[in-house]
Amino acid sequence: MTTHVAPFPQVDHQRALFAEGMRLECGVTIAPVAVAYRTYGRLNAARSNAILICHALTGDQYVAERHPLTGRAGWWESIVGPGKPLDTDRYFLICANVLGGCMGSTGPREEMTDPAGRPLGRPWGTDFPNVTIRDMVGAQKMLVDHLGIPRLLAVVGGSMGGMQVLEWAATYPDAVFAAAPIATAAYHSAQNIAFHEVGRAAIHADPDWKGGRYWEDGRVPAQGLSVARMVAHITYLSEQALTRKFGRRLRGAAALTFLEDVFEVESYLRHQGSTFVRRFDANSYLTITRAMDYFDLAAEHEGDLAAAFRGTATRFFVASFSSDWLFPTSESRAIVRALNAAAANVSFVEIASDKGHDAFLLEEPEFHRALGGFLAGAADRVGA
Amino acid sequence: MPDSPADVRPPLRSSEIRYVAKNMRLDLRLIAEMIPRGARVLDIGCGDGALLAHLTAEKGADARGIEIDMAAATQAVAAGLAVIQGDADHDLAFYPDGAFDYVVLSRTLQAVEKPREVLRQMLRIGRHAIVSFPNFGHWIVRWQLLATGRMPMTSTWHRPWHETPNIHPCTIRDFFELCALDGYVVEEWLAVDEHGLKAPWRRSPRLANLFGEQALFQLRRR
Repeated sequence: MTTHVAPFPQVDHQRALFAEGMRLECGVTIAPVAVAYRTYGRLNAARSNAILICHALTGDQYVAERHPLTGRAGWWESIVGPGKPLDTDRYFLICANVLGGCMGSTGPREEMTDPAGRPLGRPWGTDFPNVTIRDMVGAQKMLVDHLGIPRLLAVVGGSMGGMQVLEWAATYPDAVFAAAPIATAAYHSAQNIAFHEVGRAAIHADPDWKGGRYWEDGRVPAQGLSVARMVAHITYLSEQALTRKFGRRLRGAAALTFLEDVFEVESYLRHQGSTFVRRFDANSYLTITRAMDYFDLAAEHEGDLAAAFRGTATRFFVASFSSDWLFPTSESRAIVRALNAAAANVSFVEIASDKGHDAFLLEEPEFHRALGGFLAGAADRVGA
Repeated sequence: MPDSPADVRPPLRSSEIRYVAKNMRLDLRLIAEMIPRGARVLDIGCGDGALLAHLTAEKGADARGIEIDMAAATQAVAAGLAVIQGDADHDLAFYPDGAFDYVVLSRTLQAVEKPREVLRQMLRIGRHAIVSFPNFGHWIVRWQLLATGRMPMTSTWHRPWHETPNIHPCTIRDFFELCALDGYVVEEWLAVDEHGLKAPWRRSPRLANLFGEQALFQLRRR
């Protein structure tokens, strides 16, 4: 494992700047606020074909193009593109880096500002205030307003992106014609919080973290962030997927020698960890995992999730994957039942897949057909 | 909650008109005839959504479905229909009272775990219930049991007893009795043959129970 890794380089991102900033749920106001974003396709004259894509914990706005930092393909190219379910020939797609992220939106890695909005010549680091899923959605709403879109045809996202979708539908029901929360939940479970805490503890334990002020030394807590990624990555896969991909195979050896044996699954996880630290900021990781942990949509309705959606005219498409144990089908079904109780228009499918939570990012034809059909049906209805 | 009213809906695209009435199972056509324009409908056991698509396209209905089979549910969702994967025994309880004008259960009552509870839920969440089921009182069924002493095998009851999902068979007279017991008003009923054609026993439940292969009821609460 590498030690003393330098921060990943700054690159230019397309951004919208909001000088007035925003007041966060925690009570702090940050100004200005930058929202980094990408768009694909063209907005039609009626402004009725815009779909907002919400990314997951470690995703970003580079949905369907080469990533400027890693050079890799966009994270949802399986589903976004001409003729694909998120059809760039028909829809205008928007994806914004979340508030607290590290790809250009205001977050721990960006320059800190004082309450008057004056730059302080240092990054926010751990002084960045606690943000919530609703804060992330609030920043996206500013962007959508800035782009002149009165109502989104749809908001689509998986995992933490799905949490944002639910929050959008609950907070701005009139601005969301259709909502597709995928492989997600209306609250973050104790088990999921526990896994996040292991990741955070690994970062905190890295001497290079330095209480969050690692930028002072020009190095990042690579060891800790890497371990956090490794733990998280296990939760994204299923037991079947790990067995299918790696089994008990050894790297470069046919049988155990009891000396320097490395199982293929270990080598894979180490690789995942070491590449992650070259594109993600540790303090962002701490901030965003916290935001997910805070999420509980029913909490402000005395635990009644249906109350969050009462009277909604939004159409919903809920999807889960059979081998996903991080956001299991039971959580999606709970959302569906709450939506039914709110008399909402809802579709729900559980896709049979052995790929675990990651399935929503991968080649899953049934899922793509269902999502594509749902979106096309919604677009037909608004004439987009 | 209804979508935009029928008269302001944009013209349907050809891809949306996947099912037309003439391709629909005949019993579903009979059910479709019972449902007025613009109704809020829940179709339990909606399959690939043929009835939902028809009601949406032809009657401007706000039609939703529940389907236990994942492949069929996915197909319906991919066709742009509001269908959830679920089942009558476990999912009806989550809908609010009076959420629908019509709740439809076609050829499924005999396969649910608790038919009486399912009916109760249907008439709680809907003002009317439309129920169709295969009639176990049909004369061929009776004759086979009498003559062979074994479970009947007919075009309707065509799975052996140890494989059939139809765990709660009933006859037309049984169903009338359950409606009376639970205080449901039979607004309309008819007995049809396997192809869904109306049979001429409208006046006599006893004759219908002997000659009708399928029964179709519309109920409401008293």
